[in-house]
Amino acid sequence: MTAQQKATLQKLGPFIALLVVSGALAIMSPDFLTVGNLMNVMRQVSINALIAFGMTLVILLGGIDLSVGSILALSSVCIALMIQSGLDPVLATLLGIAAGAGMGFANGWIISKGKVAPFIATLASMTILRGLSLVFSGGSPITGLDSDFFQMLGGGYVAGLVPVPVVWMLLMFAGFWFLLKQTVFGRHVYATGGNEEASRLSGVKVDRIKIWVYTVSGAMSAMAGVVLTSRLNSAQPTAGTGYELDAIAAVVLGGTSLTGGRGWIFGTLMGALLIGVLNNGLNLLGVSSFYQQVIKGAVILLAVLLDRAGKK
Amino acid sequence: MKVSMRGICKAFGPVRVLENVDFTLHGGEIHALMGENGAGKSTLMKILSGVYQPDSGSVEVDGQAVAIRSTRDAEAAGIAIIHQELNLIPQLSVMENLFLGREPSRFGVIQRAAMRQQARAQLDALGASQIDVEAEAGSLSIGQQQMVEIAKALAMDARVLIMDEPTAALSAREIDTLFALMRGLQARGVAIVYVSHRMEEIFHICDKISVLRDGCFVGERVIADTGFDEVVKLMVGREIGDRFPGRDVVPGAVRLAVRGLSDGRHIDGISFEARAGEVLGIAGLMGAGRSEILKTLFGVNRRTAGDVWLDGAPLDVRNPAAAIAAGLAFVTEDRKSQGLVLGMSVRENATLVHLDSYARLGVVNGAAEQAAVAQQISQLRIRTRDAELDVKSLSGGNQQKVVFAKWLAKPPKVLLLDEPTRGVDVGGKAEIYHIINQLAAAGVAIVMVSSELPEVMAMSNRILVLHEGRQTALFDAAKLSQEDIMAAATGTAGHDTRTTQD
Repeated sequence: MTAQQKATLQKLGPFIALLVVSGALAIMSPDFLTVGNLMNVMRQVSINALIAFGMTLVILLGGIDLSVGSILALSSVCIALMIQSGLDPVLATLLGIAAGAGMGFANGWIISKGKVAPFIATLASMTILRGLSLVFSGGSPITGLDSDFFQMLGGGYVAGLVPVPVVWMLLMFAGFWFLLKQTVFGRHVYATGGNEEASRLSGVKVDRIKIWVYTVSGAMSAMAGVVLTSRLNSAQPTAGTGYELDAIAAVVLGGTSLTGGRGWIFGTLMGALLIGVLNNGLNLLGVSSFYQQVIKGAVILLAVLLDRAGKK
Repeated sequence: MKVSMRGICKAFGPVRVLENVDFTLHGGEIHALMGENGAGKSTLMKILSGVYQPDSGSVEVDGQAVAIRSTRDAEAAGIAIIHQELNLIPQLSVMENLFLGREPSRFGVIQRAAMRQQARAQLDALGASQIDVEAEAGSLSIGQQQMVEIAKALAMDARVLIMDEPTAALSAREIDTLFALMRGLQARGVAIVYVSHRMEEIFHICDKISVLRDGCFVGERVIADTGFDEVVKLMVGREIGDRFPGRDVVPGAVRLAVRGLSDGRHIDGISFEARAGEVLGIAGLMGAGRSEILKTLFGVNRRTAGDVWLDGAPLDVRNPAAAIAAGLAFVTEDRKSQGLVLGMSVRENATLVHLDSYARLGVVNGAAEQAAVAQQISQLRIRTRDAELDVKSLSGGNQQKVVFAKWLAKPPKVLLLDEPTRGVDVGGKAEIYHIINQLAAAGVAIVMVSSELPEVMAMSNRILVLHEGRQTALFDAAKLSQEDIMAAATGTAGHDTRTTQD
């Protein structure tokens, strides 16, 4: 096997892992490999995948965004309040996503201009934004969002088969793939994550790249918030707690390096699907939710260890 | 004391790095190991110091075969290596570094008094009595850190000391101190392997020289019986022609004019002009502010006073992006940390600066990019199997050519070069000089900082010399000697600034 073939195999590792786990589940549970169940899995995965796409950019930069769950909650609360107060649901949704982008922008600005470590900056904003969503909602869920449009965003189907959030996920996947692979911006993200100093000296506007990346991560979290709020038909101020860990897990399972500069969006999609398939399969098999956590953690550890071994 | 390596072979995957290499070292000799980048010097030394295992071959110490399976085995056999990148832990004190892993202790409690006393004795024995054993290692100069590393090696009773490019980051004065120390060790019977690209130093300090080429041992010579030309021929297997190719360009109009440039910290009142087709050399000791002039011109450091004109128009850049837009290019000193994104491919590095040239509305035209890179690879003669290989898999000289490619995708008006041939082998250096000459011929004004005096003198039209951030002389390169430059660089040239303009 040549080095190149080995590298390709390595890159396809997450995809192979997904096939293996799916195959095993298909054998063990007759309910797994049905169109209905697979669509269900994809819909469940979509929220984590949307967040993880944004997180991929952040991690490619060598950063981390812990505030995604809080951004999701606060933008959901904002959208729900706007719809409740009679604002047009389309406009409310767009404004909510813009609000998420704004929160990400603030993260990016503090990290690049204030030179605060991303872990610290987003740890702080995670807490602040969570607090604000409790403040704005008064601590209780906001319900009664009477809008067909808004309910369609998370609960609808395209052609009566494919859930709308799955369409969002696939569109965003294509968009991110293009962004990273084909654009100057994408190249600059890899370069900055790989060697910030060399990139700055090569004329890459490193601060601007960072701000944009965290802005995108914020917008993606808000978009995930739209899907969640729409499906529940209510905004929960405590929604999205712990989502940052699922998103980071999907990115890392996909083979993106936590030190930045190396990774791809396809891996992240596979990582998110792997986590989703495991959740679904373990449920179908009737495994207790306590054990599910143990198994999920073990799978993540195993995947990363295999990745390590392959790189040697 | 005699160490012999016989028939050493080593391959990494399909790549054969060493083939049947012999290397013999006697106590009390300073033995240079030379070869172009990729010739296998480092691999051979890593085998001797236990980092790698040979596929076949043997190592004998005083006629006894020894198995060196780890750095610990090497230490036990009295073999120590001082790497080019120093391995001290900067936050720990000098003495804590010296005794790292073998701290004098009782019941797990470190005996600081004993440690301090022994550390002091070890450093004094090396003539390094000015180093404070309680100081943080990171606060020492590079030269002092190297002393500490050497002391650490000797404390483990090293009888063979391998030094990899030990002078790369040292000032002239520190090099003298190091050489005096090496002679002292030599007198005590220590054998030193000296790995370096600096020919002048090797002929100055070494007794013998062994040369590797493409993984094979090509010969051993006694320094007294050989010469520069023979060694180069052994290394590259052919004559390289002139070491410094001549340039026949008459400088044209002034492109870059600098008046009273200061950054408020490192440099003060720097003034010079660089003309089209001219190479202006900047010489000085380490820390004299040479790189800072380039960084300030390029917008990396803030300019606090002075004026800069480019082609007659005032130039005011606040960041590298603005400098690039104005037509400046900057080949930085440290290729790995400032020049290249090591995890990216040759192609991605080569187009990093001017990627916009191959893009429309932010979308890269892959075919145009690949075609441009292919052209640069052949033009600059970058030796790589494939533009998609990681740039870190290339040799030092070829990596440096990728850095040049990155800047030359669009011809700059002014090219700033900081140590353009550091860590580049003889053949690669000649090729980089050719590139510099071609750019000069095309009307680029070139400002070049270099620590290698022969290089500055041969490549420059004029030479600006710095001493502690101030300009002490501006020489016409044709009419001066190394001594003139050193006198100006050490501030011993007297107070009248010597200026010989054309």
